[in-house]
Order: sequence, then structure tokens, then C-alpha cells
Amino acid sequence: MAKVEVRGVRKSFGELEVVHGIDVSIGDGEFVVLVGPSGCGKSTLLRMIAGLESISGGDISIGGRVVNNVPPRDRDIAMVFQNYALYPHMTVLDNMAFSLKLRRADKAVIEQRVKQAADILGLNDYLQRYPRQLSGGQRQRVAMGRAIVRDPQVFLFDEPLSNLDAKLRVQMRTEIKALHQRLKTTSIYVTHDQVEAMTMADRIVVMRDGIVEQVGSPLDLYDAPANLFVAGFIGSPAMNFIPGRLRRSGAASAVETADGTRIELGNGVAAQDGDEIVFGIRPEHFVRAAGGLNGRIDVIEPTGADTILYATVAGTQICAVFDERVGFRPGDAITLAPRQGAVHVFDPANGRHL
Amino acid sequence: MAIQASHGVPVPGTGRIRLLLDNRNLLGFLFMLPAAIILLVFLTYPLGLGVWLGFTDTKIGRPGVFVGLENYLSLLDDDVYRLAVFNTIFYTVIASIAKFALGLWLALILNNRMPFKALIRAIVLLPFIVPTVLSAIAWWWIYDAQFSIVSWSLMKLGLITEYIDFLGRPWAARISVIVANVWRGIPFVAITLLAGLQTIPPSMYEAATLDGATGWQRLRYITLPMLSPIIAVVMTFSVLFTFTDFQLIYTLTRGGPINATHLMATLSFQRAITGGRLGEGAAIAVAMIPFLLAAILFSYFGLQRRRWQHGGRD
Repeated sequence: MAKVEVRGVRKSFGELEVVHGIDVSIGDGEFVVLVGPSGCGKSTLLRMIAGLESISGGDISIGGRVVNNVPPRDRDIAMVFQNYALYPHMTVLDNMAFSLKLRRADKAVIEQRVKQAADILGLNDYLQRYPRQLSGGQRQRVAMGRAIVRDPQVFLFDEPLSNLDAKLRVQMRTEIKALHQRLKTTSIYVTHDQVEAMTMADRIVVMRDGIVEQVGSPLDLYDAPANLFVAGFIGSPAMNFIPGRLRRSGAASAVETADGTRIELGNGVAAQDGDEIVFGIRPEHFVRAAGGLNGRIDVIEPTGADTILYATVAGTQICAVFDERVGFRPGDAITLAPRQGAVHVFDPANGRHL
Repeated sequence: MAIQASHGVPVPGTGRIRLLLDNRNLLGFLFMLPAAIILLVFLTYPLGLGVWLGFTDTKIGRPGVFVGLENYLSLLDDDVYRLAVFNTIFYTVIASIAKFALGLWLALILNNRMPFKALIRAIVLLPFIVPTVLSAIAWWWIYDAQFSIVSWSLMKLGLITEYIDFLGRPWAARISVIVANVWRGIPFVAITLLAGLQTIPPSMYEAATLDGATGWQRLRYITLPMLSPIIAVVMTFSVLFTFTDFQLIYTLTRGGPINATHLMATLSFQRAITGGRLGEGAAIAVAMIPFLLAAILFSYFGLQRRRWQHGGRD
């Protein structure tokens, strides 16, 4: 187990710079998720930590040792690939034992380590099978087993669940989290799925276009997004954004929408009277109460546990989630008010939280 | 009848032919006929004729009579024939090993990222594209006792004091024809193996690298096992082509010096066509069949889908 320090790391492919100076510090035993839309540089960053891509600028250190010029095999890391990258011509047993065999480990040690990993992952019945004879979830487990057997300083996961079906993905998500709680090995996990990030991470690094947008615990990012991008990216269904104008009276402030509705914000908003702003409300933070936004219901989606409403207010379509069953039909008028303190205000020019 | 019934109303005035063409078996036979005729005329007939001639004492211009195994028995005592068998096996084994090793090496090089990749791959194929006789003539000049560019270069470099007689001495000639054969055969091996290399996902190498494998270990534990099905195919073909080689030897040495480079194919031709003893020549050609069959059987078992290539059984 080790700390991983990423300091000012850059990556260029020829003329094109895709990672523009990233600083992340990952603590010993921490589970950190790199999340962002495709092309944000998260996989490239992971591959630089693994040593599969060279580092164009900055430093990466693992356990206090700068590894910029250390070959991958000497970095003491294990990686789980998106396509699992199992060796098709080796049995499950040989796949898991391969790294130890290359290190000329003792036969008894190999056997014991593989058995231990197989026990943890429930692979004992499959040790003599070939990868082709396994289901997606089993292959995924073998890929993790191969990593566990190594007992490395750091686990790297590159979108390991994206080839699984939705149900299995949820199950494996829990398994990986439980595994981490048991082994406590520093883990870096790349995904484009914010739900995976929220559910698994100790800390999330939100990336976009080769820079870090925000770093924090899942609930920090949910409660206090630093900007419009993070606010819109974290949370499902996504946060509603409605344009409006700020109105101040002394310390207290309010927003006024295009149709003249006023919503009180309380104190501490760093904007001037009359400024154009965007305010955001999460779908689950609406209550049906007077003094809110008036609109008409477009679509109702009952999921059983929740009811999702899509309504148009002040010319913007918004989404609201209620955990009770609402007796509305499409076309009905509705008034939606944000819960106390649940309104986020952003500067539309630079996206920053105000 | 069932087919007729499915038409509902029988079409009047269709006649017997129409009825016959509705028969699945007959129709299948008709569709198969063109291919079957081609196979019979151009494959089965010559092969059968060759086997038959081997049991006769036919000479050019004189139909022979059945002589049983006489041709084969006399070949057993024939020193030139036995030398030709040795030459053929030596030629095939050494050339095939060299073609595999160099072809794999070339394929690994070509599989890397490099500028002008497509152009370089096209150039590599050249020896394969040039007609054999043409390239054999080029090699003939390279090996010439007086005008050899190799000898000339080595002389100028001061490495040798007299011209090398490449095709004039038995072992020098054997090695020289093998070199020419290898030069011609490498592109086929290299390009086929390259195609195989490209089916190995890069993440396989990345995983092996992270598992701690060196370059050699990646070749040994990832590349070769995953390439083995293609290696079996390409080496079978390579062995068959080399074993039955004729053009190159015939153009370069005609089997000389003192029969040192005679292969079974060239000896068969010499005895049958040049010498006119068709029966004996055919027997030599037929004697190649067991060797070729062995190579094919070897590849048949080599080609069997390995267990790891099978899908799930549950």
C-alpha cells in the first residue's frame, strides 16, 4: 500500500496536449475515482500512473518514489482492464499465477496466494477453465483475482464494469467496494459513470478536457459543486439549471425568473443586484408548495420507488423527483418550490458557484 | 409430392423435367456437377494417371505394361534417388526453419509503428510476387563463379582472396539454393504471421508488461501461443511448397553438381521427361506422397482448435 502523488502532470500526443497539468494526491489505502466524459484524459492519466504511457511533464510518485522513468513491471501496481485482457490460452489458474511465475515465486507460495484470491472471489470451481468458458462477471472476477494475487502497492481500474450488463454492474460495484474495504489497497478507478463514482469512491476527481474540475468526497461534490459542470455531471437525474436575475435587498437576496417568479435565496450570494445568473436545483429538492415555480407537466415517469416529473417552467424544461406517488397527469398545472437552502447559484459567464 | 402439394394447384402442362427439377437431390447434384467435373478432370485424373504410370514401364513414345512394384524396388537401390530424398528433407527442414525464424522476426518488426508502413509492407512482398524463374535467374547471377556480386564485394572488402564457387561444390550449392528459397519464401510467412499478430489485442501485452514480463517473456508466453493456430497453417503450406519445389532448383543448378541439389521433384522430371522413362519418373513423384501426407497429418493435428479456442461448454 502506498500514497500516489500526481504533480503537474501533462501529456501530449505530438502537438496535441490532452492532459494540462494535473495535481492529485491520493492517500494510503484510499479509493479514488477519476470521472469525466469521454476524452477528458482520465484513462490517459491512469495509463501514465501504470507506466503504459510516457509522462510529458510533471511527476508521478508511488510510495514516495518518483516513477516517471520506472518501467511498468517495477512499479508494483496491478491493473484491471476494460476488456479484462485475460490470456485466452491460459486457464483461470494460470492467468492468476502468471505474474508470480514470472517473478519465480515459490510453487507453494503461488498455490497459496491463488487459492486465497480464488476464495475471496468465489472462483474455486473455475480454476481449470479457460476464459472463453466463463461469463462476463466471472471474467471480471478473474481479472481482479489476477490483480489481488500480486498484492501490489496500488490497484488501477480502467472502466472495469462497462462491458457488463446493468444488473451485473451494480453487483460487481458492490463487490469491488467490499473487496477494497477488506484489502485496503490504494485504488484508482476510472469511469465515465457518475453513479459508479458516487457509490464507490472515498474521493472523486472530476475531470474535463484534461483538467481537474473538482476533487472531493461524493457528498461534497453533491452538496457543494464548484461549478456548473460538476453540478450538472454529479447526480442523477441531473441538476436543473434555470436562467434568472439576482435581486438584492440588504444582505438577503432572491432570484427572479423570466416569468417574474421570485425565489428567496437567503444570505451570502456573491453577486450584485441585477446580475444575470443561472440557478440550479436538484430534481429531488423540489416540494409541491405555493410560492414556487409555476409550470405545466409534460411527462410523468413512475419508477415504482420514485416518480419523475418533467415540467416546463419559465420556458425551461425541468425535472423533479418525488418519493411519493403524485396524482398528476400530463398537462396539469403544478407549482414547484425548492427546499430551504437547496438552490445553487452560478455565474453563467465562467460557470463558477456564487 | 409434398412440394407439389405445397404449390396448391398443380400447374398444368409442366411435364416431366419440371417435376424432376423440383427434386432436392437431383437439383443438388446438378449444382455440384461443374465443380465435380473440374476436380475430376484436372485433379483426380492426373493423379490417378501418375499413380498408374508408377506401376508400369511406360517410356515416351511407347506404352508400357504393368510391372508391379518394380520401379519402387529399383529406386530403393538407386543412390541418386536416395541422395535426392536426403536433399529434399535437408532442403525442406533447413529452409522451413529459416523461413519461420526470419519471417516471424520480420513480422514482429513490421508490426511496430513506423513511417511508410504500407509502402514497406508492399516492398516486403516483392520476392513473393516476382516469378520464381525470374528471381532464380537473378540468384544465378549472384552465385555466378566469375561475375558474382557477392564474391566481388567480399574481395573488395578484403575478406576473401578468391571468388567463391557457390554452385560448383556440393555443400556450397545446397546452402546456396536454400538461401535463395528462403529469400523467396520469407514474405509469405512474414505477411501471414503479421496478419496473425494484428489480431492480438494490445491490452494483452500491456497486461503482461504490468505482470512483469520482459520482451522475451511476452514473445514466449503471449505472442507464440496466441499465434500458434496461424503458425500451424503457414508452416504447413511452407513445408508443402518447399518439399515440392522445382522451378528454383531447375533454373539454378538442374540438380547439380553431381546431383548434390537434386530434389525428388527435379529428379522425377529428369527421369521422366528428359530421360523419357515416364514410369520411373512417376514412381519418384508418387514416392513424395507419403512425406506430404505426413506433413498434412501433422498440420491436421496442429490445426485442431485448441481447447482454449472453444466456447463455453455449460
